Amino acid sequence: MSANARYLRLAAGLVVIAALIVTPVNFNRYGLFILSQWAVMTIAAMGLNLTLGYAGQVSLAQGAFVGVGAYASAILTTQGWPLPAALLVSILASFAIGWLLGYPALRVQHHYLAFVTLAFSTLAFLVFRNESWLTGGIYGISNIPRPHIFGFATNKPLPFYYLCLGSLAIVSLAVWWLIRSPWGRAFMALRENPLRAQSLGVDTRRYTLMAFAIGSALGGVAGGLYAPLTQYIDPVPFNLSLSLDLLMMVIVGGAGFFFGPFLGAMIAVLLPEWLRFTQGYYLMLYAVAVILLLIWSPTGILGILDRFLANRRTKAASALRAVSKSRLETVQ
Amino acid sequence: MSNLFDLLIAGLATGAIYALVAVGFTLLWQTSQTINFAQGEFVMLPAFLMLAAMHAGAPFWLAIIIGILLSMILLGLAFKMLLVDPMLRHGVLPLAIATMALAIGMKEAVKQFFSAEASPFPSIVPTNDIAVLGHVVSLQSLGVFVVAILAVVGLTALLNRTSLGHQMQAAAQNPTVARIIGVPVERMILLTFLINAVLVALASLLITPIYLAKFSSGEVLGQAAFIAAIVGGFNQVRGAIAGGLLIGVLDNLSAAYVSTQYRAAVPMIFLIVVILFRPQGLLGRSEERTV
Repeated sequence: MSANARYLRLAAGLVVIAALIVTPVNFNRYGLFILSQWAVMTIAAMGLNLTLGYAGQVSLAQGAFVGVGAYASAILTTQGWPLPAALLVSILASFAIGWLLGYPALRVQHHYLAFVTLAFSTLAFLVFRNESWLTGGIYGISNIPRPHIFGFATNKPLPFYYLCLGSLAIVSLAVWWLIRSPWGRAFMALRENPLRAQSLGVDTRRYTLMAFAIGSALGGVAGGLYAPLTQYIDPVPFNLSLSLDLLMMVIVGGAGFFFGPFLGAMIAVLLPEWLRFTQGYYLMLYAVAVILLLIWSPTGILGILDRFLANRRTKAASALRAVSKSRLETVQ
Repeated sequence: MSNLFDLLIAGLATGAIYALVAVGFTLLWQTSQTINFAQGEFVMLPAFLMLAAMHAGAPFWLAIIIGILLSMILLGLAFKMLLVDPMLRHGVLPLAIATMALAIGMKEAVKQFFSAEASPFPSIVPTNDIAVLGHVVSLQSLGVFVVAILAVVGLTALLNRTSLGHQMQAAAQNPTVARIIGVPVERMILLTFLINAVLVALASLLITPIYLAKFSSGEVLGQAAFIAAIVGGFNQVRGAIAGGLLIGVLDNLSAAYVSTQYRAAVPMIFLIVVILFRPQGLLGRSEERTV
């Protein structure tokens, strides 16, 4: 039964991956843009899911890290750097800033931490807007080149989509590995009960900082891809509402579930597009849908699935118990 | 020197409005652990309700009453019944996220059903200038300040001097014990939601003539009130008042003396410093940690 389920899951995963590769071939420019955006936002949301879902540290600053990554990548690639090198700088910059932002988390928790990161988010926006010598100010940075990867030009939307999808695959594998490593278990210990984690010898200080730094670094990766995706960046997309959107993606998808960010980003990026036929009402409907979902299942979409599976498992287990009990009775 | 005086007056006027909004914010937190990310939009909406009433032909005074009543129904009663009550038992974060979604929905609804453009809004206080002690003072700033302070003082008196206020405080501080000694806790919680609705409607009435009625005007205001509430003390009404005034003055002074570009940064940095070194806020009590 469990082996069957594993094959089934593997097959479903392969079908989804194949669909992500094959279906968009005939998509138009805009469709590919939206799908690429989904991939990029999923990466950012995965970072936040590490910080919030696994390590339990509330952050309202993930959008700012996407901004840091986007600006680093935009500034360097317009100077003639290749994208991979610029991405590395994006990652390092957001990792370092994320590490620093982790220090307040050592002092305060929960809503207070949310407020500190919210303030940081606004500060970052002001820097993007005002330091025009570096960021181009409100005029932003235009003509951001798309890279050549192994000799392939990604100027056209389809190759660039594959670049985003490939990056998403690499990030997913890395995160998959990370949450199964001792680090992931330490993160979860931090979330469940920091005091107990500490008494069991988990260096909570280091892991809190790491949870912030790694989560932010993934935000940087997303930003580093976002800049060549739109080919023009200005401060507006990286204001507080992006951070709130990313947080919403993580919660709606299911915080602390590996596939939560994929679903959450799908809802946040694709659902408004699907609702576009309703014209001016689509964002309203989106907001209502999010509220209804959260009322129904505060642990997000995957929370529903999780409860359903847990229910079935308990039912199956109690059926097994009943069977073995009746057997015992017949033996007696 | 006269410049500083003007800045202080203008700062106190906006600060008093921030205080109104921040007080409502802390009331919701105290009685029902609701971090209302839509509080800024709550201030934006009543102005549009009043404008809609005026478009329907109501005179200004009637429109104000209709606006306040409608916001009590929508932002008080409906908000509590439809959103907070079903979500409260799920904890702080999902509820906070739901209010974020609510903020998006409210902005879009106003944009769609009313207008994406800024609309002018009549002022309830005179808008001319008068001379006080040799300074030209905007009567509007003064009027806004006086009205907001009166509202806050009235509310504080209600909370501290009346039996009803004591019952509300009891319901906020320890619902279980309050229930045992016979306080109708549910009704008290509903009352705080209604009071919040009146406070945001009042703030809307005072601030909209200055900044115009626009669907997005809640963003800045909500954030300022948010900061005011935290800086002053998240769990104290008087903290929210002090925080509001402080942030209003700080905002105006930093625009003049620091830089217009980074004026928004000063309250933020102040916020970070306060949270790191006095997380319970300047006037707040510390919350106990449990294992």
